[in-house]
Order: sequence, then structure tokens, then C-alpha cells
Amino acid sequence: MKLGRDIDLPVSVALAAAVAVALVLAAAFAPLLSPFDPTDIATYNLADSELPPRWTLDGDPRFLLGTDNQGRDLYSAILYGARVSIGIGAASVLTAALFGISLGLVAGYFGGAVDAAIMRVGDVIMSFPTILLALLVAGLARGLIPQASSIAWTPVILIAAIAIHEWVQYARTVRAATMVETAKDYVKAARVIGLPPTRIMLRHILPNVMGPVLVIATINLAAAVLTEATLSFLGVGMPPTYPSLGTLIRIGNEFVFSGIWWIATFPALALIVLVLAVNVVGDWLRDRFNPKLRGRG
Amino acid sequence: MAGLLLSRLLQAALVMIAVTAVAFAMFRFVGDPVRAMAREDSTPQERAELAQALGLDQPVPVQYARFVGRVVRGDFGISYRNQRPVTTLIAERLPATLELVFAATILALGLGIPLGVMCAIRPDGAAVRLVQSVSLIGISTPTFVTGIALILLFAVTLRWLPSFGRGDIVDLGFWTTGYLTGSGLRSLVLPSITLALYQLTLIMRLVRSEMIDALSSDYVRFARARGLPKSRIHYVLALRNALMPVITVTGLQIGSLVAFAIVTETVFQWPGMGLLFIQAVSFVDIPVMAAYLMFVGALFVVLNTAVDLVYAIVDPRLRKAKA
Repeated sequence: MKLGRDIDLPVSVALAAAVAVALVLAAAFAPLLSPFDPTDIATYNLADSELPPRWTLDGDPRFLLGTDNQGRDLYSAILYGARVSIGIGAASVLTAALFGISLGLVAGYFGGAVDAAIMRVGDVIMSFPTILLALLVAGLARGLIPQASSIAWTPVILIAAIAIHEWVQYARTVRAATMVETAKDYVKAARVIGLPPTRIMLRHILPNVMGPVLVIATINLAAAVLTEATLSFLGVGMPPTYPSLGTLIRIGNEFVFSGIWWIATFPALALIVLVLAVNVVGDWLRDRFNPKLRGRG
Repeated sequence: MAGLLLSRLLQAALVMIAVTAVAFAMFRFVGDPVRAMAREDSTPQERAELAQALGLDQPVPVQYARFVGRVVRGDFGISYRNQRPVTTLIAERLPATLELVFAATILALGLGIPLGVMCAIRPDGAAVRLVQSVSLIGISTPTFVTGIALILLFAVTLRWLPSFGRGDIVDLGFWTTGYLTGSGLRSLVLPSITLALYQLTLIMRLVRSEMIDALSSDYVRFARARGLPKSRIHYVLALRNALMPVITVTGLQIGSLVAFAIVTETVFQWPGMGLLFIQAVSFVDIPVMAAYLMFVGALFVVLNTAVDLVYAIVDPRLRKAKA
């Protein structure tokens, strides 16, 4: 497939991009697409609990993918769950990018002690795996903020827990690019005419360092969705009353042993397809933007 | 050489100071240690005495110094949840996690290296394409989903393998092992596969790219020109050079595997440190959380520093460039 003059888009990547966009749209318009409102407890009926998918022997025509342990329509719950997962993933990517880009610009532009301080903090953070740091933040938040388990706070804590690790990657990339740009003539010229540093960083340097940031952001979106799912699966994420895909898998996991496979399987499939689609697009972007690989084709 | 050694050790010390400071801050400022440790019906005077006994009436830097002193002596305090010394809890759980991590590492290396070599030698073969698509699905599948799928297939449907716990373990006094009993080994299969898959893709990709680099190098071209047999070129000349970074990465990854075992241990109810930590997180059991953080931090620092130093000894170029 040809796009423009020199962008050769493989079919698999085009397909993955289409799947990713479709899933994001389905999640965004979940209230219009789902037959039930899974956040409204009044629609649950315990008599409908643990019904298998529609096409199986005991299936109920009302519930396409069956119901969970509370009689909630699984199809609706997955659409709403994807909404929560993608929302938290995207918000944490934005938060991490915002902090990472700002700190990277400052570190690269000013250098010296500021640079050293920011990058050493980043080094310490990067020496811990994302999941451990995220669990710590989530656990500490519960100790620090009494209402931390409330539904208003949980997404905020999850976003912070994921972003606290991810910002370092943006900061490192932006810092390196900023150091290169700062040495160029246009930045020197801007300095000579007396522009304030913030203006130089935001209006002159930032547009020139954004390319790699977008690639990192795509790959990180997949990673952030996975981290959120893992946290929710471990029980420190979204509660069962307002589930993300990870929470649904957690609920389903308790029923796997009794042969009730669908509660865990369908949310897991949705999660894998979503992450896989984003990863395929992200890998392709990374290879395109990586000058070392471009020559090899 | 001495300069490099010193700067690496200094860096390691800085990281450990930062980690213990965070752990101390957790202990001191998250929640109220007195309320967490005192009995429900304690009088204000009893609580004041407890605060004094804990040294909470001292200035914060003094408290921090005492905290570090206790940590160095191996005293991580008492768990809020089950009122036992954290050091004992961790010592009980450590063998389970390390045995799991060890088995997973062996599996990941045993499968990852041959698969990576195969991908590098026959980049267009059908098997290689299959392996690469499967590996992309692999990195997009969260560990807990892999674990649940394995349980569903091998434990629930086929009933071949146990799905939780360590099975029968042998107590050697200082260490409990599941390696010596049949049920212990059978219990190890599913969790170690789950944990290994996380690392397998990484090792495979690394071996592949290192092999491709090695195969396009001058010495391999020369060996080909000399007419050496292909198997000798691939497995003796190229692979040996490709394996160096693999060993490094595997070493460094042991730290993340220990941390990543949290998820695997939760899925399989494996009684290791990860399960201990996740229970501590849900009960806000600060001493256990702090001790786990310091343990993993120390593990990372030791592994990283050791790898850097070994590299400096092995590779003379680094010695000159840095020192």
C-alpha cells in the first residue's frame, strides 16, 4: 500500500492501525453501542448471573458474550472496560510526556547541575521495573489519602503510578535532542536577540524534537494499557463496580476453575487485540524513525 | 581502574541512600506507625511510650540514621499485619521466589538462544516467520493472561499439572526447596513457563540482532572465504561473540524477574516474596513494603555494579576510556 511519495505502509500495519482505531472508537462510543449500562447496578439481575455466550447451549439471546458473576452483560462491560483502560492509558502517556518533555527541555537547554539532578533521579527510577514502582505508588497513596479507594481517586492514582516511571524515557530522548538543537545557529540567534529561555524552548526547540516523542508515545500507550490491566488484575486498580479490562479478567479468574471460562476470556482477548494492534503500529513507527534501520529496509 | 571502581561504588551508594530514604519516608510519614503498632485500647500514655521506644520523638535526621543502622543489621521492623519480624517473613519467602526465577531463567535461555539463532540464520524461513509473529503476540499478552490460559488448559481441562502452590517442599534448615520432590517439580512447570515467556522474547530478539551483526562482520566473511563448515561458523564463531551481551542482559534481568514474579506468584498463589508484597500493598503494611523495596533496590544495584565492573575487567577499551 502506498501513502504519499515515500511512505510504504505494509498491509499488516494498515490492518493493525484500522483495528486500533476501531477499538478506540468502540470504546469512545460505548454508551451508544452497548445494550446495557454496566455502571448502573439497577440493570444487574442475579438470576442472569454466569450465563454463557449466546451461541452456546445454555446461552441467553440477550447477552452476546454471556454475563459475569453479578449478571452484568459481558459485552457491555468490555466496551465500557476498554473505555476505562484506554482512557487511563492515554492519560498516563500524556502526563508522562508532559513531565518528561518539560524536564528534558530544561535539562538539555541549561545543562550543568539542573541536568545532572534531573537525570540522576531518572536513573534511580529506571532501575526499578514499572510494575513495582506503580504498586508502591498505589500502595502509598492508600496510606496517604484516606479516600484513595474512592472511585474519583483511583484513576488519578493509577495515572500517576504509571507516569512516574514512563516520564524518564521522554526526558532522556528530549534532553539528547535538545542538546543537539541548542548548539545550532537558530537557537544561538534566538538567544542573541534576547528571547526568554521559555520561549526559545517551547517555540523554537520543541517542534524540532517532537518526532521521536510521538514514536515513544505510541509504544508507551500499549505498555501503559498493559500496566493498568496488571494493576487492576492485582487488585490495586479499578474496582469491580467500575471495571477496566484488567478488573474484568480478575473477576473472571476466580471462576476459571469452575469451568466458567468466558468471564476471563473475552476481556483478555479484547486486551490482547488492542495492545497487539498498537504494538504493530508502534514497531513500524520506531523502525521508520530509526535511521540505523532505515537503510536495511 | 581504581577511579572507575570508586565512581561505580559511589553511584551505587547514592542509589542505595535514595532507596533507603524513600523507605524511611514511607515508614515515618505514611500513616501513623504508633497507631499501626499499638493495641486498639491503648492509653495515650502507652502510645507516648511506644513513640519514644520507636525513637519518634527524635529529630528526623537522627531517626533516619537509626533506621539505616537497623537496616544494616538486618532489622526491618515488625509487620503490621501479622506481627512478625519482616526479616523472618522475607527469609521464609525468598527460596520460593528464587527457585521460580532460576527455573524461568534456564527455560528462557534454553529456548531463546536457539530460536534467536534460527531467526538470524534463516530470516525468510516459514518457521522463523511463525516464531516472529508469535513473539509479537507474546509481548502483547500480559503475563497474567498467559498464566490463566495455561491454568485453563493444563490444570482445569487436561488436569496434567497443579495450578497453585509449591507442592511438597523439603526443608533444608536454611532453605526450602521444591526441586527435590515430584510434586514440587510439577508445581514449578506452569509458573516458570509463565515467567520465562516474559524474558524469552527479549532474549530471542537480542540473540537475533547480535547474530545478524556477527554474521555480517569481517571475521565471519573471512571464515566463509576459507571454506569453514557452516555449522562451525554459525555456532562456534558467530554465536560465541553474540552471547556476551546476552549474558549481561540475563544477569541484569534477574532483578526485574524477581519484581515481575509478583504477577506470576499472584496468578499461581506461589508463596514467594511477590505474593507477600502484593498482600502488603493491599493492607498498607508499610514495613513489608519498605523492606521489599530495599531488597529489590539492593539486588538491582549489586547486579548493575557487578556487570559494570566485570565489563571493565574483561574489556580493556572501557578501562582506558572511562578511568
